[in-house]
Amino acid sequence: MRIAVIDENPVRAAIIEDGLAEVGECDVFVISERAGMAKNIETIDPDVILIDLGNPSRDMLEEYFAVSRAIARPIAMFVEQSDDDSIAAAIDAGVSAYIVDGLSQRRIKPILDLAVRRFQAFSRLQTELKEARDALSERNIIDKAKQILIAKRQLSEPEAHKMLRDHAMNSNKRMAEIAEAIVTADSLLGGGI
Amino acid sequence: MSNEQLNIGFLPLVDAALPILAQEHGFAEAENLSFKFTRDISWASVLDRLQYGHTDMAHLLAPLAIAATLGRGRPAKKLSVPFILGLNGNAITMSLSLADAVCPPGQLGDPHQVGERLKAEIISRRAQGKKVRFGVVHRYSSHNYKLRYWLAECGIAPDSDIDIITIAPPFAADALKNEEVDAICVGEPWNSVAVERGVGRIVLVTAQIWRRGVEKVLAMPSAALDDNRDRVHHVVRALHYAAKHFVDPENWDKNAEILARSEYLDGSAKLIRRAISDRVMLSQGSDPIDIPDFMFQYREAANFPWISQAAWLYSQMLRWDGLDYSSEDQKRVEQIFRPDVYRAALKGMDTPMPGANSKLEGGVESPLPVGSTQAQLTLGADPFFDKRIFDPTAVQSYLDKLPKI
Repeated sequence: MRIAVIDENPVRAAIIEDGLAEVGECDVFVISERAGMAKNIETIDPDVILIDLGNPSRDMLEEYFAVSRAIARPIAMFVEQSDDDSIAAAIDAGVSAYIVDGLSQRRIKPILDLAVRRFQAFSRLQTELKEARDALSERNIIDKAKQILIAKRQLSEPEAHKMLRDHAMNSNKRMAEIAEAIVTADSLLGGGI
Repeated sequence: MSNEQLNIGFLPLVDAALPILAQEHGFAEAENLSFKFTRDISWASVLDRLQYGHTDMAHLLAPLAIAATLGRGRPAKKLSVPFILGLNGNAITMSLSLADAVCPPGQLGDPHQVGERLKAEIISRRAQGKKVRFGVVHRYSSHNYKLRYWLAECGIAPDSDIDIITIAPPFAADALKNEEVDAICVGEPWNSVAVERGVGRIVLVTAQIWRRGVEKVLAMPSAALDDNRDRVHHVVRALHYAAKHFVDPENWDKNAEILARSEYLDGSAKLIRRAISDRVMLSQGSDPIDIPDFMFQYREAANFPWISQAAWLYSQMLRWDGLDYSSEDQKRVEQIFRPDVYRAALKGMDTPMPGANSKLEGGVESPLPVGSTQAQLTLGADPFFDKRIFDPTAVQSYLDKLPKI
């Protein structure tokens, strides 16, 4: 079975490609450029096309499928119309699929399930990355606020830390929020640090 | 009582305005509703989310609601349309070289004259081994159908004399610039974006092809409409008040500013302001001109889902997809538009309501007072540019008379 993965995010495309290699008995082709997409698909002549739901080229692709005689006509999503739950899961994960009419559900299902899992893994990865980045920038801003307190209030580092923490606890806010307020106020009032 | 939350899918286009403004100005809240929005870049995604429960309702191309219900290109799922989000609002923007060949500068073209010159230009470019290429936003769009209707009447075969490709609206200006296409037929603000960037000139607006052509609709799965009819009535009322507010010039600055925000159209308030006030800048640096009826969001019961308009779109689907007429399909199509729901939702209010659910499309030559309830309703002239009249009870004979091309 020939599978084309269309994804403008090369990292996600690689994650899917890697997963599909485990399914076996399939050749996987990755397309990550918008230019020449139709031509590439024609050359690949896939049985299944996996594409991220938000890809801006989907309307163009559907048009191409509708008029092209170069490849067998794929239709959106599953062959079995009754399988709404799996489709909903795919949409939740952000993946959509086009499948050449007539392919058996038994052969398609594992591929789609895998794509869904890989998409979910990718978005978890993204969330974790974002959290890590946020945590890092929070630590930076807390450090900066401490420097301001140390300089302006002649506190030691542990005292500055305690002041921030106590204030956060008393006002039911996160330390980073208090720190941000201090940094903003300091820059508005002329700063100097 | 807390407001019921509804998720609405949309594409960043000016005619997504009514649900957005219903939320922003509190018309949704007055109906105990709260709208949340999901923006997409392709209609395929808007439709997927709507059909598989990610969204409750969507801003959708009217012909796509029909295609989805009939199962064209994907498994059939029944949709319902209780409210029309607007008529027209699209334009045909050509590359500067093509525009100069077919339309005098400084003015909007005449559809017949532009068509005639375009035909000559297509022939002359063909002699040089070049094929003129148009971009439309979707196969199942009123843009595609109005463009084809115009071309065919002018003796240009849309499927052989030229190429028509699909292009997402946000990429239309780039496609003109990169010469991927010679012309685009898209909604605002994307024509104006091309004009502002100096890569295209607006030659025609689709209102010139059909003065009262249905454009975007509010669509929802039929099952969801049947499940909770009362909720849909509230939605229709919120949108109705938003439409009334939308057409008042007092509100244009504020509305343009809201629509331009990053979470909505993420565009230029200046360009949006122009579209909603029926002003269009035809070429870079020129003064915007007034084009009455460029967009139509409220007057003359514009939001009323005329089943004859659904039937016209069905006739064009048959024509360009090469399908045979089926009275059963026509019935399925006409059931998508729900004038009964619209009526029930606005019953007892002071809004003029048509007496009928269907009419002869293109049959009004000059403003015509029509039988209506509550208040006087006058329908403006609604001609097709070729003066043909569409009778929804005689689809096959209408198709027989259209140019075979």
